[in-house]
Amino acid sequence: MDYGYSLYLTGPEVFLSVSGLVLTLIAAWGGRNAGRLCTILAVAALFGASAITASQILGDTSVQGAEAFGGLYRMDAFGGLAKLLIYLASIGCLIVTPRFFAKGSEYRPEYPLLMVFGSVGMGMMVSAVDLMTLYIGLELSSLSSYVLASFMRSDDRSAEAGLKYFVLGALASGILLYGMSLVYGFSGSTSYGSIRAAFDGTLGTGALFGVIFVLAGLAFKISAVPFHMWTPDVYEGAPTPVTTFFATAPKVAAIAMTARIALDAFGNQVPAWQQIVIFAALASIVIGALGAIGQSNVKRLLAYSSINNVGFILIGLAAATTAGVSAMLVYLAIYVAMSLGSFVAVLMMRDANGDQVESIANMAGLSRSNPLLALCLAAMMLSLAGIPPLFGFWGKFVVFQAAVQADLVVLAAIGIAASVIGAFYYLKIVKIMYFDEPANVVVGKSEFSHWAVLGLCALVVSPLGYLLTIPLGMAANRAAQALFFTV
Amino acid sequence: MIGIEHYVVVSAVLFVLGVLGIFLNRKNIIVILMAIELILLSVNINLVAFSAFLGDLTGQIFAMFVLTVAAGEAAIGLAILVIYFRGRGTIAVDDVNRMKG
Repeated sequence: MDYGYSLYLTGPEVFLSVSGLVLTLIAAWGGRNAGRLCTILAVAALFGASAITASQILGDTSVQGAEAFGGLYRMDAFGGLAKLLIYLASIGCLIVTPRFFAKGSEYRPEYPLLMVFGSVGMGMMVSAVDLMTLYIGLELSSLSSYVLASFMRSDDRSAEAGLKYFVLGALASGILLYGMSLVYGFSGSTSYGSIRAAFDGTLGTGALFGVIFVLAGLAFKISAVPFHMWTPDVYEGAPTPVTTFFATAPKVAAIAMTARIALDAFGNQVPAWQQIVIFAALASIVIGALGAIGQSNVKRLLAYSSINNVGFILIGLAAATTAGVSAMLVYLAIYVAMSLGSFVAVLMMRDANGDQVESIANMAGLSRSNPLLALCLAAMMLSLAGIPPLFGFWGKFVVFQAAVQADLVVLAAIGIAASVIGAFYYLKIVKIMYFDEPANVVVGKSEFSHWAVLGLCALVVSPLGYLLTIPLGMAANRAAQALFFTV
Repeated sequence: MIGIEHYVVVSAVLFVLGVLGIFLNRKNIIVILMAIELILLSVNINLVAFSAFLGDLTGQIFAMFVLTVAAGEAAIGLAILVIYFRGRGTIAVDDVNRMKG
């Protein structure tokens, strides 16, 4: 085994880990004042890791892929594209954070550090081709997330969100791990390739239990129904920049990891898991749409919206074809932009005291007090609803197209019907912002860094985003081919 | 003679006890942390038993990783519990209800 080559293949993770350790030292010496410096360095490190990942994706071998460390880790276009999305989402979240904490002065250098280590873990998750690597990556990102959720230590809701996230996240890891132990016992190996070879033909009861437990644990991590109940509470309680992070980067990582394990390790058992994924997709779409209707807190509403979106993404996975995976990745990329944009817009709404405005009723008449912010948020909402001139429509379109091509016409039809229900509450927010009597609560000024991230997301979501369809489609196709290359 | 089935059954019983411990427990969050440890230990029994049965070392290495991560997880869980207690002055499960809906 050539260690040099393995280190080259794991380049983004190695680079980020070393940067994280250096940042730890800076944070230890600089104390509380090092927060800003650490943030800038963390953003630079994430940009560096993105550059390494991009150079790996653009290389000729990225479709065939290459295995590092004796088949524990796989560098290919699929993992590369997912990592690029993860790093960019983390950068977006990091940029908007320091200003959010500026008032309470609770910002500490631990925050960027945890984000960097979380990103290392997520990178490992999406590139893992062995259950052990997968578990370590998953825990690295989960443990960082638990701490981030309870980062505002003096705030009751933040501590409670951290506690809830920890208990349910640990339970999910336990279920996933129990499934992995059964899969290991009945296949005799932890490597995806050997599991696929062993799980050929009819599965025994024990092995089937293993597959189901693994999928249930993963459904927890992507917050798909019926394992979604933690999402609204955690999204509401966690500090808004952390919620932004949860709704973007870990979601991309968990979904990419689920796709790899379902199509690679369990690639010979598609009928065994396809039913489960179809059920989870439909249930997520419907419950995500219905649950959001009565909400009065905008972060809670966006949590249900993310459950709803996971359902659409799972439709692409349920198709279990190259086109399906490619559509899933396109949707995921657009979802990251929409989600980042809407949470940053929420982050920017402050009242006269500089406190966060989270209640939907207080957003009334935002179009008159802050027309540009209202316009951006309206664009995000309409795009999440999938209304045509905006880019969100394209994501839904490719996913449904893949489902129809894979003969899942009923699934696609129910999905389209349910997305109409979802459009109701997105339109309600637009109506409150534009046509209700102004509440004049949102008056605070916004920072340049917030506008920059929001503007970029709005640009991607706007009809100009369609310029991206060709490069994005090509990258997603290459990634999907890479995923199916070993199958 | 104790065979692989016995280990798998013991581990399944421990796993179910752990999951029930999380959901049925109405008293104390510390009990939930103990239930989580129970789940991870049941996984370890499974891994080591399968490893011995298959004559393959991977399972035992995996068990080592699980032990390490379980220690880190418990540390973070207790730390979050401490800041929660500082804010609210209680760790009863029924009191974790600031957010509803």
